[in-house]
Amino acid sequence: MPSSQLLSITEDLTIYHALEQKQMLLDALAVTDELELNLAQVAEMDTAGLQLLVLLKKESQRTGKRLRIVAHSQAVSSVIDFCNMAAEFGDPLVIPAHEAS
Amino acid sequence: MDEITSVFIQESREQLAEMEAGLLRLEQNPDDHDNINGIFRAAHTIKGGSGVIECHFIEAFTHRVENLLDALRNNELAVSPPLATLLLECCDHMVSLIDVLAAEGEAPDADLGAKGDALTERLKGFLDGIGQPAEASANSELAVQDSTVEVESSGGGIVLTDSWHISVRFGENVLRGGMDPLSFIRYLASLGEILGIQTITDAMPVAAEMDPESCYIGFEIQLQTRSSKADIERVFDFVREDCDLRILPPNSKLSEYIKHIQELPEDTMRLGEILVRCGALTQAEVDQGLSEQKSSVEHAQPGDPTAASQLGQILVDHKVVHKEIVDAAVVKQAQVNDKKAKDARLVRVQADKLDQLIDLVGELVIAGASANLLAQKSKQVDLVEATSVLSRLVENIRDSALQLRMVQIGDTFTRFNRVVRDVSKELGKEIDLVISGAETELDKTVVEKIGDPLMHLVRNSLDHGIEPTALRLERGKPACGRVALNAYHDSGSIVIEISDDGGGLNKEKITAKALERGIIQAGETLSETEVVNLIFEPGFSTVDKVSNLSGRGVGMDVVRRNIQALRGAVDVASVEGEGTTFTIRLPLTLAIIDGFLVGVDKAAYVIPLDTVVECIELKNLPSDRNFMNLRGEALPFIRLRELFEIPGDAPPRESIVVVQFAGQRAGIVVDQLMGEFQTVIKPLGAMFRHLRGIGGSTILGSGEVALILDVAALVQTVTHSEQQLLPGRSHAAPAALSSNQFTQH
Repeated sequence: MPSSQLLSITEDLTIYHALEQKQMLLDALAVTDELELNLAQVAEMDTAGLQLLVLLKKESQRTGKRLRIVAHSQAVSSVIDFCNMAAEFGDPLVIPAHEAS
Repeated sequence: MDEITSVFIQESREQLAEMEAGLLRLEQNPDDHDNINGIFRAAHTIKGGSGVIECHFIEAFTHRVENLLDALRNNELAVSPPLATLLLECCDHMVSLIDVLAAEGEAPDADLGAKGDALTERLKGFLDGIGQPAEASANSELAVQDSTVEVESSGGGIVLTDSWHISVRFGENVLRGGMDPLSFIRYLASLGEILGIQTITDAMPVAAEMDPESCYIGFEIQLQTRSSKADIERVFDFVREDCDLRILPPNSKLSEYIKHIQELPEDTMRLGEILVRCGALTQAEVDQGLSEQKSSVEHAQPGDPTAASQLGQILVDHKVVHKEIVDAAVVKQAQVNDKKAKDARLVRVQADKLDQLIDLVGELVIAGASANLLAQKSKQVDLVEATSVLSRLVENIRDSALQLRMVQIGDTFTRFNRVVRDVSKELGKEIDLVISGAETELDKTVVEKIGDPLMHLVRNSLDHGIEPTALRLERGKPACGRVALNAYHDSGSIVIEISDDGGGLNKEKITAKALERGIIQAGETLSETEVVNLIFEPGFSTVDKVSNLSGRGVGMDVVRRNIQALRGAVDVASVEGEGTTFTIRLPLTLAIIDGFLVGVDKAAYVIPLDTVVECIELKNLPSDRNFMNLRGEALPFIRLRELFEIPGDAPPRESIVVVQFAGQRAGIVVDQLMGEFQTVIKPLGAMFRHLRGIGGSTILGSGEVALILDVAALVQTVTHSEQQLLPGRSHAAPAALSSNQFTQH
């Protein structure tokens, strides 16, 4: 099982794609210990998209894996900031540590 | 050691360095709230991290420090010098604890443990002083619970009861109905200002059962607005049927909040936490409210024996999370983003990989030079052009590769803030440290090795340089002494100056001492510079009283040896009554240099280009003297042919390369000048270690070996031998070449 895998999402994280994206994200998490999400290309994110990220985070915590969002687009970070979820997604102590290694 | 532990150690050391810097600033500006927050965050991050890696001895100690910092933050305690000293000691202790962890120790040894206990006692003393029971231990949850009530009620967090509290849980079908809950919240924000918001996702089932098109989200919002309750309700009109909306008006009673907490579907404790986070309540209020109703809660959850311990646990966690989020909800997020962005720009690389790269670049430079030579010989214009482009690129690569190893000296300098503070306290003097040129860059290996000599010189200035306050006032100087660290680049070397405005060196005392120790002979006349530089002689110390800082008489000569080992030089200048300046000169970096190629007979030599001042062509050099008149100044010179005992006669036209090192000039007589040449220094083998005047070797494009001249040693040799010739001089002071000694000839 590869230790770390990078997944880039280029589509919008919205209700219109939520169904297929849920499966894709969970599949990606299933085959790795550490999933890196690149959301730099995500032009739009709504509640459904946020829920997916939360789900993925919870799932990774449940299974003892690591989920890291390595790049945010403006849209993503504004939603996360607005909802005050930055702390839930990124522990500042852990993030730089892994980027460093 | 696993990766996360080593990362923790590294991060903690950085945090501790920040914390120390913060504490030093704290003494200067006790009211700087941002700074106190910064210190607290550093301690807090370490505590959090140590919890994650389950290193309990660090966690427990840091927790106690954090308590005190928390009190500072909440203005329950004022910053006083003893408090700052204690915190600095705690900071040191944490460094020791991290060292224990780094050495893979299970727990601190007895000494360290005792030290930790002593510090804990003192921390307690301060905390008791503000009339609250100190927390005995981070681990006993009951104690935490009790004291937390008091800690928090005396000022915990920002409470925003003059604003509306809105709880909304969206129904499953909201998304399917084509509505986006976020847009409602955004619209809500347009009514006023959202002071705090918490996103509730507890309702989300496990992955398998989660329907991505259902909505599981809810929000707890603290909203400041002039709108009425009806206005707020109207925001949610479109989803009125499909959401659970509760609105508490400003200044609601505590009991209403508690009722509200219990009405909501999520776990009571978690909700309490959430409300604190979005600033609706303080922790104390939640605790009080909940403990009042504890019995009823327990009735509601019969058979749940963990409830009590959960409460304690959450409170502990709570103190952790809540502070960061409430205090600076917005700032915090910005910081996380900032830090991530900053870290993303940095890559940590192993030093030996870098060395390998530099070695390779060195080979590339040689190979490039060789290709260049061949191209020129071939006289094909295209080829020459191509190789010249190539060599320009190689040059750029060389420069950037060397840049990678360069670090700013600032970090080394700032370490001395602490030293100056501690030492001045110990000595009862008031001393300021002034740092300039912190951005000056030099090679990493040099930076690492310069720390000790610098430390010695700074301590020396603090201890012997700066006079006691009374004496300073008597001399009409400001009471506060000044020690300055400065760094700058000067012709291929870096210069570091340590100066003080103290009493200066007493020349009579030095002379007397030198006579007593037999370093100089009676009747010797020395220039002022020579006298003060005697302090670098082995076994020299003028202080009658040996302090524990410096003055054991092993100081200055060790400093000089250390600096010479780096191919540098140290020098002192002093004006009695006004101060002393130590000047350290170090080569910037040593792997690759720009050289100036010269020839004697058939052999080629390289002179570091940085040291070359000018070249002069001269006929009929006097053969009996070793100096010449250069525009009215005496210039001592050395013949390479003689120095290296090269057979054969000198050509009629010889050239002199004028070099400069540490302010002294000398000439090197060579047969021919061959121009600039990029050089990779190859160290000489151990066999040739004792050769003076040669710094290394290099390979020319043609494959021949050229020796690199060690200009510092040559200049010294020249001036030295020149002084030997002067009558009445048995003592050679290396830094004593001043041009006026020669102008009379």
